[in-house]
Amino acid sequence: MSAHEQFADNLALYALGSLEGSERAALQAHLAECAACRRELQKLCGDMGLLGLATMGPAPPAGARARLLSALAKEPRGGMVRKQPARWSLLMPATAAIVLAMISIVLWRQNNTLRRDLAQQLKQSGENQVEVKRAREVLALLSAPDAVRVTLVATNAKPQPQGKAIYRPQTGSLVFLASNFATLPPQKAYELWLLPTSGAAPIPVGVFKPDSRGSASVLMPSLPKDLQAKAFAITIEPETGSTSPTMPIILAGEA
Amino acid sequence: MWDTICSRASWPPSADSESRGIGLASTRPELSVSDAEIITRIYSGDEGAMALLYDRYSSVVYAVALRVLSDGSAAEDILQDVFIQLWRNPQAFNASRGSLAAWLVVIARNRAIDQLRKRRPEVEAAEIVISVDPELESTAERKLAIEKVRTVLAGMSAEQRAALEMAFFEGLTHVEIAGKTGQPLGTVKTRIRSGLLAVRKAFAV
Repeated sequence: MSAHEQFADNLALYALGSLEGSERAALQAHLAECAACRRELQKLCGDMGLLGLATMGPAPPAGARARLLSALAKEPRGGMVRKQPARWSLLMPATAAIVLAMISIVLWRQNNTLRRDLAQQLKQSGENQVEVKRAREVLALLSAPDAVRVTLVATNAKPQPQGKAIYRPQTGSLVFLASNFATLPPQKAYELWLLPTSGAAPIPVGVFKPDSRGSASVLMPSLPKDLQAKAFAITIEPETGSTSPTMPIILAGEA
Repeated sequence: MWDTICSRASWPPSADSESRGIGLASTRPELSVSDAEIITRIYSGDEGAMALLYDRYSSVVYAVALRVLSDGSAAEDILQDVFIQLWRNPQAFNASRGSLAAWLVVIARNRAIDQLRKRRPEVEAAEIVISVDPELESTAERKLAIEKVRTVLAGMSAEQRAALEMAFFEGLTHVEIAGKTGQPLGTVKTRIRSGLLAVRKAFAV
């Protein structure tokens, strides 16, 4: 019996929160090391969602909608204000966390095309590992503080601040690299904005501070899927980020 | 036993019960707005987006919470909690992690079970990752998915539906279910897993 078969039934119980004790601990240890079982766990959660979707019952009480909207009105507008530092702090300290996010995206994309045939899965798994390895190498390079960053400009020209955003709307994936940025006063930071083609308000992508050589990056921030970008822009904001850009725009580029 | 899940409505469901119970909103023009757009607007602090989200999914979120807790007031608390948490932290839902409808259902179910079992949440909403094959954004897609799930449930043995119901809506462990039904532990485990897989299989291409 393979490890996956051994844990198969317990995975369903784990998804439901019905697994306890040593079996739960053993499965969690296995999940930490087994991408196939993590994918299966995601599918089982999806199965739960479909199951719950078919639940029937009366509509919410008549006043529930008004009560919710009233409660929202008392909440600070836009959770993103508080979440910006969290997003940045999640991205900054650990390359491992970023790599894990990349691995998840890669595996998720592959997941849609995997066949149940075992031979095909093994083949795909090998390809995944190669892709994950490459993603890990790329991200390690992008986030390495000791990596040499060189901006090539015309001879005799003074290096100018530059930002390069690589964005894929279908997955909400973004990598942003900055170079030659000036140091800002304490309590200030640069903030990257996504300007939607829909004309909606600019969406904060990430706050960053350049290192001593003027370099910085924003890697794989949490963005909605299928959000079409008209342009990207950079402003100077408080280091905790802002809900809307503060003029002037320092750098901008059309997508 | 699964029929008791749908006990607040007829079986098979009537057209009226459909509209009341499963989050199938009316033909409001707002439904042309995609889930991704709604989430984007929530990022911007748009309370109107939350109203759209409520109109689209409050019924199914409430239905799941009510089925678990059998208490309208407590179910409304779960409903409010799920939506307010999304408002405070829209990053908790990442569109690349699957369907918003399925995600909300699982979050509501888990919170209701935590309350029922009087235990601390074991998994944060942002940690819930869902992989769902069918598209569930449009009313028609959700309706089709619901019909498929109900067909699967109707085709299960009474014992399997009971095991699935006790695990999903009561949050019982397999040990508790085995004790309650007198079935071997292994049988209970297998029935629960194969029940979930049967739902997935209904959507296999």
